Amino acid sequence: MSQVPKRNRLYKLQFEKAQDSYVLLYPEGMVKLNPSAAEILLQVDGEQSVDDIIIALKTKFPEAPDDIGDDITAFLSDAESKDWIHYV
Amino acid sequence: MSEINNGQSETRVIEAGPPLWLLAEITYACPLHCAYCSNPLNLTDKKDEIGTEEWLRVLSEARDMGAVQLGFSGGEPLLRKDLEQMVAHASELGFYTNLITSGIGMTEKRIAALKDAGLDHIQLSFQAANAEANDLIGNRRHSFAQKLEVAKLIKQYEYPMVLNFCLTAQNIDQIDDVLALATELDADFVELATVQYYGWAYVNRDQLLPSKATLEAAEAKVNAFRDKQNGKGPKFIFVSPDYYEDRPKACMNGWGSTFLTVTPDGSALPCHSAKILPMTFPNVKDKSLQDIWYQDFSFNKFRGYDWMPSPCRDCDEKEKDFGGCRCQAYMLTGDMYQADPVCSKSPHHHTIEAAIESAAKQHDKSVILRDPKNKIDIVTV
Ligand code: SF4
Ligand code: SF4
Repeated sequence: MSQVPKRNRLYKLQFEKAQDSYVLLYPEGMVKLNPSAAEILLQVDGEQSVDDIIIALKTKFPEAPDDIGDDITAFLSDAESKDWIHYV
Repeated sequence: MSEINNGQSETRVIEAGPPLWLLAEITYACPLHCAYCSNPLNLTDKKDEIGTEEWLRVLSEARDMGAVQLGFSGGEPLLRKDLEQMVAHASELGFYTNLITSGIGMTEKRIAALKDAGLDHIQLSFQAANAEANDLIGNRRHSFAQKLEVAKLIKQYEYPMVLNFCLTAQNIDQIDDVLALATELDADFVELATVQYYGWAYVNRDQLLPSKATLEAAEAKVNAFRDKQNGKGPKFIFVSPDYYEDRPKACMNGWGSTFLTVTPDGSALPCHSAKILPMTFPNVKDKSLQDIWYQDFSFNKFRGYDWMPSPCRDCDEKEKDFGGCRCQAYMLTGDMYQADPVCSKSPHHHTIEAAIESAAKQHDKSVILRDPKNKIDIVTV
């Protein structure tokens, strides 16, 4: 996929020491992210396409199963429906 | 550790996570006079407010404990000249900072300074969707026009914008205008919160409580509007009043579980209205926030389930709603240990029914405006 996802500026991604995880912060709310969700969102920079992100994560986690690409696209579509990201 | 209460020594420390949400009520001073205000009736004088240094320390301590969401509220937080300084400190600490404001007193200079200080989000309240009703409810001329200006500034300075409309019998029939105005102003989120009966709103409950039929009509309009939005425009969040439910809300997500409020005089509370309860709350001037949250008797008092009398004690829903709101139980039954009377299992549920009935007859009675000159001192025994 050559589409380029971009994070919604309403949601601020940051690491929270007290929770030992990345979180998304938005007006009066917070979503705690699991490690793989966080890894994917950290790659979403408005420049890399979905394919670039899959390659980047495969390189970063060589031990990950081959079908990791499916998980990544599934998560991104979920993130889009939650408005955390949109496509440029 | 032990604390003494009623002559009895108690040693009870219950496991609690960190306070994720800190509400900093930095002043009760406010240019508006909403009859639905949830502030206490005995508003703290400006001279009794804690100072800048104290607040900065409170913010640091809360952040150290793991707090992440921070709301600056009041009263009108813009009335404190050190707001920018507090925001800067909070954002340096890594808080997500929310400013909860009526907009009165906001200028372009300040909104820019707040941006520089790192403010993340502004929530702007409206009293109604047109000048006449808005200015009447807040009892201040030209306030609607000022709010429109502030809404534009919020967008111009690229803050996420949440609009808050407090729905009461006085404005709920204008819901169409509210939906249109919020869309026109291009809000990100819109809270359509039916008033909850605390503080001044409790005194004015008869006049404020909308009928069930009006409420359902309003909610239906919001749902229909949402369907037509096609995922575009503001996200509308409709909050119904618990008076028309048969189960209480999980108040504050459980006493001392997530929320910590510090009031203008430095009192630390598990919720913003807890001061009305007949118990003593600690003050940040005397203790660290760590001590207050984990050790203080008041914060441990309603943690867990051991404090519950029946029907909550034996109820299989207690982990869902924690027995509801302690303040509501106290206001309506005189006993803060009771099940929240909103619950149909409560032996006091009839007090809610009576309130609804009484409200239906009194919408025309005039309200008592939130104003220090109408201030009502509460004596706790
Ligand atoms: S509800 Fe109205 S009177 Fe109360 S603090 Fe908010 S703006 Fe001021
Ligand atoms: S009885 Fe108590 S715990 Fe059970 S639903 Fe009612 S308020 Fe909740």
